[in-house]
Amino acid sequence: MRFRVNITRNEGLSDPEGVETARALADLGYDEVGEVHFGRTITLELSGEDAAAATARVTEMCRRLLANPVIEDYTIEEIE
Amino acid sequence: MKTAVVVFPGSNCENDMVYALGLLGADAELVWHRETDLTEFDGVVLPGGFAHGDYLRTGAIARFSPVMAEVGRMATEGKPVLGICNGFQILCEAGLLPGALVANRDLRFICRPVHVRVEQTNSVLTRAATPGQVLAIPLNSYEGNFTAPPDVLADIDAGNAAVLRYCDADGVVDETTNPNGSAHSIAGLTNAAGNVAGLMPHPERAVEDILGSSDGRVLLESYIATLAAEVPA
Amino acid sequence: MTDPVPAHIQLGMTDDEYQAVIDLLEREPRPAELAMYSVMWSEHCSYKSSRAWLGRFPTEAPWVVVGPGENAGVVDLGDDWLAALRIESHNHPSFVEPYQGAATGVGGILRDIFTMGARPVAVWDPIRFGSLTDPHNRYLLAGVVSGIAGYGNAVGVPTLGGEVEFADPYAKNPLVNVMALGLLKRDQLVLSAASGVGNVAVLLGATTGRDGIGGASILASASFDAESGAKRPSVQIGDPFEEKKLIEACLELYEKGLVVGIQDLGAAGISCATSECAANGGMGMDVDLDDVHLREHDMNAGEILMSESQERMLAIVTPEDVDEVLALAEKWEINASTIGTVTAGGALIVSQDGDVVAEVPAASLSDDAPLYHRAAERPTWLDATWADSAELPAALDVGDALLRMLDDPALGDRSWIYEQYDHQLFLNTVIEPGNDGSLMRIKGTSKGLAVSTDGNGRLCYLDPRRGGARLVYESALNVAVTGARPYAVVDNLNFGNPEKPEVMWQFLETVEGMSEACEALGVPVIGGNVSFYNETDGVDIYPTPVVGMLGFCDPIPTDPPRLDQAADKMVLWIIGPENLTDFAASAYDRVILDHLGGRPTDVDHEIGPQVVAAAADMAHAGAPVLHDVSAGGVAVAVAEICIASRIGVELHDGDWHGWLSEAPHRFLAVLPAGESPDVGDLPAREIGIMGGTQIAFGRHGSALLDIATRTWRDAIPRRMT
Repeated sequence: MRFRVNITRNEGLSDPEGVETARALADLGYDEVGEVHFGRTITLELSGEDAAAATARVTEMCRRLLANPVIEDYTIEEIE
Repeated sequence: MKTAVVVFPGSNCENDMVYALGLLGADAELVWHRETDLTEFDGVVLPGGFAHGDYLRTGAIARFSPVMAEVGRMATEGKPVLGICNGFQILCEAGLLPGALVANRDLRFICRPVHVRVEQTNSVLTRAATPGQVLAIPLNSYEGNFTAPPDVLADIDAGNAAVLRYCDADGVVDETTNPNGSAHSIAGLTNAAGNVAGLMPHPERAVEDILGSSDGRVLLESYIATLAAEVPA
Repeated sequence: MTDPVPAHIQLGMTDDEYQAVIDLLEREPRPAELAMYSVMWSEHCSYKSSRAWLGRFPTEAPWVVVGPGENAGVVDLGDDWLAALRIESHNHPSFVEPYQGAATGVGGILRDIFTMGARPVAVWDPIRFGSLTDPHNRYLLAGVVSGIAGYGNAVGVPTLGGEVEFADPYAKNPLVNVMALGLLKRDQLVLSAASGVGNVAVLLGATTGRDGIGGASILASASFDAESGAKRPSVQIGDPFEEKKLIEACLELYEKGLVVGIQDLGAAGISCATSECAANGGMGMDVDLDDVHLREHDMNAGEILMSESQERMLAIVTPEDVDEVLALAEKWEINASTIGTVTAGGALIVSQDGDVVAEVPAASLSDDAPLYHRAAERPTWLDATWADSAELPAALDVGDALLRMLDDPALGDRSWIYEQYDHQLFLNTVIEPGNDGSLMRIKGTSKGLAVSTDGNGRLCYLDPRRGGARLVYESALNVAVTGARPYAVVDNLNFGNPEKPEVMWQFLETVEGMSEACEALGVPVIGGNVSFYNETDGVDIYPTPVVGMLGFCDPIPTDPPRLDQAADKMVLWIIGPENLTDFAASAYDRVILDHLGGRPTDVDHEIGPQVVAAAADMAHAGAPVLHDVSAGGVAVAVAEICIASRIGVELHDGDWHGWLSEAPHRFLAVLPAGESPDVGDLPAREIGIMGGTQIAFGRHGSALLDIATRTWRDAIPRRMT
């Protein structure tokens, strides 16, 4: 099974990469861009076939390691 | 009185730490991150470097190293625990200190001397200093930008947990003297009990004038004094 | 239907080279064998266009422990301390992908150091780009600096200095040279030779993938398996964490005496490491590619042999020690595979899936590489260029000219660059970036090491022989002002297309000039790197030798001179022969006149070494400030002192040329009033008094210190935001 975890920086926290990228886009003429936020995507390949159980496990992985709850949030989706 | 200095794969300031502590008269020993018994030590230092390559997030993997259970125990028992740079990042990831360290505001690695102001002297890091004292200490980091949700920052303020703030040579704390965008110019932090502290600048790099500054001594001396104390800080 | 392009051509070999392989093997080569010869006989690996001439360099001195030919040069520092030194280029990859090109350049050179048994302790980065007016060059500068920082900081080796030059010919051929220094005790020195029949070759470190394999052409070659996996780009990706673990693991292997020989894997990967280890020991090796730990599992033999995946080492280990080596690798969480056995007889025999895919004389891959004596011809444009001297005005506001020069990114504040590098790790940095040479102590000893890297493409374009010699003297002076005496040189020779006779001429002239200067100074050349083919669209770079100078002192001065130690009422002196007329390749000519022409002054092999010795003596005698005079002449050198010390200067009136001409063999000293330089018969002249808020050039104008400081500080940042 394959899962995609999307990790995002919580709103209101320092996101210098987002700020810098917004500025770069504005410099290139994309005036319509407001805020930009950076996140990252992690794909996990899991053995087994029980999607529900796997989702629960991936959720646990996110809580324990993959995302830092102080500054990040996450979504999980099963892919292909 | 003995302090452990933990070595994670990717740590690189551990030998400098042992050297600096030795210069100040302390007995420091390197401990590999897989060690599970620190009972012979009176305190523990997590040094600077790039534990696990800073992969995933800085400190995210190191906080699960076997040794961290002992570090947690020592923290709970009121023993002195000090995290410097990468060590500070690991303590935050481990939840032993609040908040998190993210990329510097200007998205560049910063290696240069900065000034910090001592905000309070009830912590393992600052008990030998005087409030308002300005110290010149080198900063050396890419993820040195301290950040936390508003409620956590409010708690930090209320509890006077910030022990060091970035400033200029005259002790002025403001946006222009903040090298990396850290919230409230926080350069160093302590827990409620004052026995766990973390800071981004490197005091071990400021213990000899030939290297540019010896202002780091007072911070390390605070830690060493706490090691020797009969009661927790 | 046209014939397909022959495999050897696709691999970059000439027909003659291919024939040489056939003659050597007495048969047509197998595909994997051809792959190996193609990389080992490439210019980068074999030095076929330069090797014939590199023997000109003086390489011997009583303190040289390992000279050119091994992975790094090694010198004796006394008391069983040794220093290992090497310089390398990663020019072409840095144009393709600046971050990774620079990062893997750092990784590669560190491996050359710790493969000798030394802990790498410092790195320097002389880098060159086109003008920052072009956004692409800004992108390259930012990428390269980030890459050096990203790798160097994470692997845990401080970057103590370097230099930056901007000129149009580097726009499509940026130069990224990296120099590294390592320290070791004598009993830790280890060489690459494999010895002992039956000893085991252990591959340590990262998995092997398709990184660096040249272009799609090779994978498309009909000689190879048509089902080769998806084509990978040629860019290698560096992993500093893997390298850090590898460094610590190797140092522990050495400490425990577990290694008979060791070689790092760089260009030509496994082909090079196995053949060189075997050949250096006069032995052969059996290698089984099935045992190589791979990242991609469908690689054919040629791919595995040519792969330039980073962070790998090949250790030769006795059979009894193999288990302990594997256990140590596991502790440090690095991969380790036993991939071969040392044999007698000199043959390198490589197998895959039970079949022999290559069987060649190990030594032939390096020893029998082509050796070219390419034609060299003096450029036809040279005389006209020499006659085209700078047209100097009768009068000049030197204060104004100074401000314009301080605004130049190659003369202004470079802290935008070096503050991205950790320069303090190991607590040995006594004089940090921003001064002339770096000065390091060796904790626990009284010893000091100084290093400077120096290049000047424009100067060498005008006269490669004089330019090469002047760079050696400049580098020597840069270390001497810290108190260190020039001790050893490594050189990075960056040139254009050697198939052009004028480029070969430039190369030969450069080597001659550098050699003469090294001989006069008594400094051995202990290693170097040649980078040819820095040419795009027919345009070659300027001939750009870069000198990496190591200086040594014992004891280290207790209070070495620094640029920020000038104080009010101190006196400014210049030591060395006066020269008012040398503007060829000067910063004034470049920044103010936008001109390049004339012939640079020659060096003086009598005075030059005396000036260097005098500077070192003055450093030990406690001079507060010593500063080499180079780009920008006296004016810029004085300004740098004033800016660092935050104090102005009142210069005694004189001919304006004296402040901007750039002849060799001169340095400035700032001494307390009443003292004079103790330099024997050398010319020494008082030229000013420190004080005030201006840099004042007599009747030739002045610049306010505040403005000079701000201009200088902003030179790079204002162009990079």
